[in-house]
Amino acid sequence: MFSGFFYVLRDQGVPVTPTEWMTLMDALNQGLAGPSLSGLYYLARSVLVKSETHYDRYDQAFANYFKGVETTDKLADQVARWLEKSLPRLKIDPSQRVFKDWDLEELKKALEERLAKQKEEHHGGSQWIGTGGTSRFGHSGYNPAGIRIGGESGNRSAVKVAAERRYRDFRADETINTRQFEVALKKLRQLSANDEGPREDLDIDETVEATCKRAGLLELVWEKPRKNTLKLVLMMDSGGSMNPFSRLCSQLFTAASRANHFKDIKFFYFHNCVYDNLFLDPFCSVRNSVKTRDVLRDLSQDYRLIMVGDASMAPSELLMAGGALDWGAENEEPGLAWLERLNRHFHHSVWLNPLTAAEWPPVEATYDTIAYIRRLFPMFELTVEGLERAVNRLKVNK
Amino acid sequence: MANKVVYKGSSDYLASEDLENAVNIAMALGRPLLIKGEPGTGKTMLAKSVAQGLEMPFLIWNIKSTTKAKEGLYVYDTVQRLYDSQFKDRDVSDIKQYIKLGKLGESFVSDTQTVLLIDEVDKADLEFPNDLLWELDIMNFYIPETGETIAAKHRPLVIITSNAEKELPDAFLRRCIFHYIAFPDEEMMARIVKVHYPELEANLLAETLKAFYWLRSIPGLQKKPSTSELLDWIQALVVGGIEPERLSAEIPFLGVLLKKNQDFDQLLRRLSSGGQQRQQGWGIKKFGNS
Repeated sequence: MFSGFFYVLRDQGVPVTPTEWMTLMDALNQGLAGPSLSGLYYLARSVLVKSETHYDRYDQAFANYFKGVETTDKLADQVARWLEKSLPRLKIDPSQRVFKDWDLEELKKALEERLAKQKEEHHGGSQWIGTGGTSRFGHSGYNPAGIRIGGESGNRSAVKVAAERRYRDFRADETINTRQFEVALKKLRQLSANDEGPREDLDIDETVEATCKRAGLLELVWEKPRKNTLKLVLMMDSGGSMNPFSRLCSQLFTAASRANHFKDIKFFYFHNCVYDNLFLDPFCSVRNSVKTRDVLRDLSQDYRLIMVGDASMAPSELLMAGGALDWGAENEEPGLAWLERLNRHFHHSVWLNPLTAAEWPPVEATYDTIAYIRRLFPMFELTVEGLERAVNRLKVNK
Repeated sequence: MANKVVYKGSSDYLASEDLENAVNIAMALGRPLLIKGEPGTGKTMLAKSVAQGLEMPFLIWNIKSTTKAKEGLYVYDTVQRLYDSQFKDRDVSDIKQYIKLGKLGESFVSDTQTVLLIDEVDKADLEFPNDLLWELDIMNFYIPETGETIAAKHRPLVIITSNAEKELPDAFLRRCIFHYIAFPDEEMMARIVKVHYPELEANLLAETLKAFYWLRSIPGLQKKPSTSELLDWIQALVVGGIEPERLSAEIPFLGVLLKKNQDFDQLLRRLSSGGQQRQQGWGIKKFGNS
């Protein structure tokens, strides 16, 4: 049933799996969605979507897929009750099957009006909503231009709820020194499952346990040490507007390169915004650069991405093809497209901004590059506290 | 539908329609229900309310960073057995008496269906949820020490809460029904407050909500005040005998709503930079006593 929706969801970037889809089918077979579209909306959402950050994409997919199925909300309950008791079907004389001109909008409006006036069941008449008869509304009856109101009913509210996109928002001081940065970065770890490597650590708890089990006879238990499997990629802006913050950035750089608890760490530089090339040194010379596309291909998606930059530039540098500041860097795509690509590639990404949060324009601002970038990346201040919060953010899926 | 028991909220907890739906779906499908949401939106309260509403026994398994999955099933008290063997108090060959069932185990052997809350599952080790996959799916486990298999007499309704401090494994998520408790809007909030303070005057309620949502709308707050803080604040206002009219000019007992120094600063900065004129009179002196 409507398996197209499955693919619409996946296209929108909601990671639905066949297992979950089968669960939904199971739930539908049990009648859990009820007769209304809003029932389906909530059922499918709770079964298929596993993070509030995907709610918005789900809403869009739902609105998109089900937008054709719209009737008025109130029909479902009330009218369904009237229609439960039904008269036998009317026999139709084929000669009567003349279609008058009719208009669906007009008909819906008439139905709403009639619904407002009608307070009870009617069967067999020609005017009110009921079964049999020739009213334009109801079932088992006949009207050449009528609306069939059966057990199943669409429900505008679900599509409307979806179209409202209420979950859009989820789509997601002082002086500092290197040491503090290091401590903050230390928290960024993801321990490996202990299923590889030799057993070389003494497991005290298990040793006590095993010894007790053998009634006091010592038995040593060894376990495999756990290692951090977290990989990090750091991209730093070294454009002119970053000069005032160079000390701050170099402290972060020192802390990150000193941190030896990462499985892998990579550094790249960019000038104001990322385009086709990423640079390997802070002077941003083309000779010492790599193709951004290659970097994306080489680095797996579980690298944590930390962007560092003031996100301040001329809007054209972000929004226009060929807008790159550097002479000769003929970027065919606007910087924003590259940033989107980075954000899409890496499952975990944050943006650290040396400007204090008070200087950032609100996210809704349409004219400012900081606001544009904040809509893409969760942005934090480049302070110890900001870094801590960014690290926490990097631990969970966006 | 075979299962006629349907959850409809309870007297002291207002569940939104989609939340009720999620509970009923989880129950009908026999899947664990995973609840996420801002702190203070009543995730833990939900489980209690479900147990109340469905009249089932309620079990809580609080997760800490050191909690191991096995502890929820059973604990073999080997140390006690060792002591007993030394003092010859009990017959140590009967291992059964040293097996103590954990919360999940208890919910399996219960004679009636239970509601089991696994609270703050993200506190535990990353592997923790994966270690429970089998037990939550198949609803039985094996105790090698006694050779027993404990199977659920009645499939418990498992409710799991998470504050998203850590990522949950995909395999685990696939098996759950998920619901995110969105922060209630003003209308819903008014109903929630009425459940807790039925006697509250209408204009005091309106003024508190206005101030509360204004406070929440300040950008950059690190800890936005939540439902539980609003309820505490209202209590403080009632006990303190504050007139509703005063609320349009100032926020008394601000310390009940804001818990972080930085948030105070943020608010002050906001007020001093002009803001809306209705906040002009908000007494700075109020910040002193918090």
